[in-house]
Amino acid sequence: MNKTWVTPGGVHPPENKLQSVTQGIGQLPIPETLVIPLSQHIGAAAIPCVEVGQSVLKGQVIAKPAGVVSIPMHAPTSGTVSAIEHRPIAHSSGMLAPCIEITSDGADTWIEHEGISDYEHISPTKLVEMVGNAGISGMGGAGFPSAVKLNPGRQRPIDTLIVNATECEPYITADDSAIRERAAEIVEGIKILSAILGHPHHIMIGIEDNKPEAIEALAPHVEGTGISVVVFPTKYPSGGEKQLIYILTSKELPSGKLPADIGMVCINIGTTYAIKRAIIDGEPLVSRVTTVTGDAVGIQRNYDTLIGTPVSHLLAHNEYNEQAGGRVVMGGPMMGFTLPSADVPIVKTTNCILAPSYAEIPDDEPAQPCIRCGMCAEACPASLLPQQLFWYAQAQDHERLEAHNLFDCIECGACSYVCPSNIPLVQYYRAAKGEIRHAQDEKVKADHARERFEFHKERIEQAEREKEEKRAARREAALKAKAAAAEKPADKSDSAPSSSAADIIAAAQARAAAKQVSPEDQQAKLERTIAAAEQRLIVAEQKLAEAIESNSDKQAVLSAAVENTRQKLQQSKTKLAELTA
Amino acid sequence: MAFKQVTSPHAHSAQSTAKVMQLVIWATVPGILALTWQFGWGSLINVVIASVTALICEAIAVKMRGRSVAFYLSDYSALVTALLLALSLPPLAPWWIIVVGTVFSIVVAKQLYGGLGYNPFNPAMVGYVVLLISFPIQMTTWVAPLALLPEGISHPGLVESLQIVFGSINPVDGVTGATPLDVFKHSSGLLVDQVYEREPLFNLAMFAGAGWEWVNIAFLAGGLILLSNRIFTWHGPLGMLGALALMSVIFYDSGSSTSPGTPMMHLFSGASMFGAFFILTDPVSSAVSNRGRLIYGALIGVLVYIIRAWGNYPDAVAFAVLIANFAAPFIDNYTLPRTYGHTDRRRATEKEEG
Repeated sequence: MNKTWVTPGGVHPPENKLQSVTQGIGQLPIPETLVIPLSQHIGAAAIPCVEVGQSVLKGQVIAKPAGVVSIPMHAPTSGTVSAIEHRPIAHSSGMLAPCIEITSDGADTWIEHEGISDYEHISPTKLVEMVGNAGISGMGGAGFPSAVKLNPGRQRPIDTLIVNATECEPYITADDSAIRERAAEIVEGIKILSAILGHPHHIMIGIEDNKPEAIEALAPHVEGTGISVVVFPTKYPSGGEKQLIYILTSKELPSGKLPADIGMVCINIGTTYAIKRAIIDGEPLVSRVTTVTGDAVGIQRNYDTLIGTPVSHLLAHNEYNEQAGGRVVMGGPMMGFTLPSADVPIVKTTNCILAPSYAEIPDDEPAQPCIRCGMCAEACPASLLPQQLFWYAQAQDHERLEAHNLFDCIECGACSYVCPSNIPLVQYYRAAKGEIRHAQDEKVKADHARERFEFHKERIEQAEREKEEKRAARREAALKAKAAAAEKPADKSDSAPSSSAADIIAAAQARAAAKQVSPEDQQAKLERTIAAAEQRLIVAEQKLAEAIESNSDKQAVLSAAVENTRQKLQQSKTKLAELTA
Repeated sequence: MAFKQVTSPHAHSAQSTAKVMQLVIWATVPGILALTWQFGWGSLINVVIASVTALICEAIAVKMRGRSVAFYLSDYSALVTALLLALSLPPLAPWWIIVVGTVFSIVVAKQLYGGLGYNPFNPAMVGYVVLLISFPIQMTTWVAPLALLPEGISHPGLVESLQIVFGSINPVDGVTGATPLDVFKHSSGLLVDQVYEREPLFNLAMFAGAGWEWVNIAFLAGGLILLSNRIFTWHGPLGMLGALALMSVIFYDSGSSTSPGTPMMHLFSGASMFGAFFILTDPVSSAVSNRGRLIYGALIGVLVYIIRAWGNYPDAVAFAVLIANFAAPFIDNYTLPRTYGHTDRRRATEKEEG
């Protein structure tokens, strides 16, 4: 029995998990059309590599990764590419984003694929590459490309692998049912991860005690593997990465750092299954387990859902009653966001579609004034003072917000959940974070502009100074010459000045010749510059992605750095093109 | 299909501000019963007059501010303020005392500052202090506890009490009397033991003053109910009671003639328990963090003792609370909790580095 630690705060909302977990993982008919957003992850959107009208097989790459922090997309079923255009996606703003639409042929024919069974003999680099090629991004939270996470670099050796099976959000049972039915494959996936990470000392599966069946299902498979299943009391939000790390290890992830910085990798249990499929079976990530639940649907259960399945397809097959409820949530009742419409597709991070009835989740009461009762502070898992953050968010006092560690808020919603005055606290924090990021963006831009202006001014002044100096020198020389001429007008010979002029020209030509480098050398130099810039760009992108993942306030600075590097790279490339043309 | 757009979290606990306020009201019931048992109908009459006045004032003020009257009255906060003020006023005080205090509490101390959640000072205590300073005689005339009533005299009945409150008759001699804190204030020259022997207020009591100890025990019980319902945390009350106990132990002076009284008397007479559990726990005007509330409570405990022992007033909860209200934002700046992932506590006034 592993020791666990208790996090501060937390809440106990009604779990509502039983209704969706009794029937096991179901299979839905293949939808007529599937919509695959090109960006389902943190990082750059994938670039389409198919054309409209092209027929594709299940598992075929339809979009290539754009850069290091990006993943490819695969056709979730066989059929024809029927559109590449902007479509509504699952985003709280209801925005449109580039998507590939596939009209299925109903045959669901797999592309030829092959896995490897002796992954122990494959180099970790190769395994990570396979994970990346399978289009796997984190399936529990923000959707961070797994290949990037599994490549922490030599300077950050991994000592602990934490598999997150907490699933602390109410209603969601996707991980629970996946563990019950796929425990062997999940453990296989964890072993692959262990091999990739150089066999960390500690491998723990963190799971809440409200999933006894899943815990039992895991037990026989982890026996003798060195993997421990660590059970701890149910409390929301124990599944938050930072909270789970503390619960299992009593270590805190320092603010603004990533788990890899303290020798840990934290990965969702659904992702381990996808990794097993990718390595052993050679299958890219084209489907995931999604819970369909809430009293507004007639059937509440989990489905093995193809990525790109429209939410309307899930609702229609589960007897959704439009009259019963007003909102449809992607994710759970604590952190999920409402969908603008049912046209949006299921993506790699969609663990739940929650269609609650009005009785389950009534419309929000109007907010009352904050009486600073402090129930939010008691519930906060990060030991923040939500009531003060709220106060300063209203006042837009950015300095105070930062002093109160606004950016350590994980937006779990525990404060809003307990607030007796029904204040949508998290919404205020999101808005305040946005404002602060925007202000920093502006500041970076302004600093940049100021630097350029100052440099420009300096250059003009310098030029002016140099001109003035030259003028003075010439004046002096002229005066001297006059004086000399006045002294010895007779000595003046004709050849001397002309020869000195010729010397000057010759010297200048020699200098120019020395400066002139052969085009080959120039090309080689440019190529070196480009290679170096590309390296820098990769590092910068990675840093930016890490900043986004760890919710750091340095995002503005880093994204400016990425932009800068990219521009320089572009310049060098243009020069090279000119040279070789 | 277009769906409703709502921000997360979608689930909410059933707790509401109105329910919190209602629970506070219920928690005063043991105290009200003890007051009525020991001091007659006066306190109940106070409560009724103050409540009616408070609701009328709140309704008018909210209306004048152009807000929804029904919405703001249904949070019960005006009733709580009225109740807390009413229970601090002497039983059988003239009706206009109660009305003036309540009007000041609700209109000036609460609504003029922006209503619920925006008042920097505890409204009930503002009302109380205004009355204490303006009408010292009426405010320091307490009814004698049950045990101390002269032979053959009892507390006036309900009708008689109403007549006294509305000024048509005067209370019978012997119905009013000193409080334990008054006694100690004016007993210089006597050892503590002698005071306990001679004064019926003490020799008829268990440990802290006849009647008063029951009232304090009742408010303690009510406070524990709130504590167990997590309406507030233990930090504020413990801070105050702890500091008060510590001060009264340190300065007990082995019971000499200049001793300000025993620790038990300080904890269980006057408004000690009422203050600790019902006044300084007002979240709006107190410090916010747990550590802040501990310090805030301790500050009140120290101030209460200082004013009781060396000041001009026999009891001091109201003054102490108001002074601590001033200090609350300052305390807040230096008592931020340590956030997850940080090695140190920060200061609220910290500027961004660089």
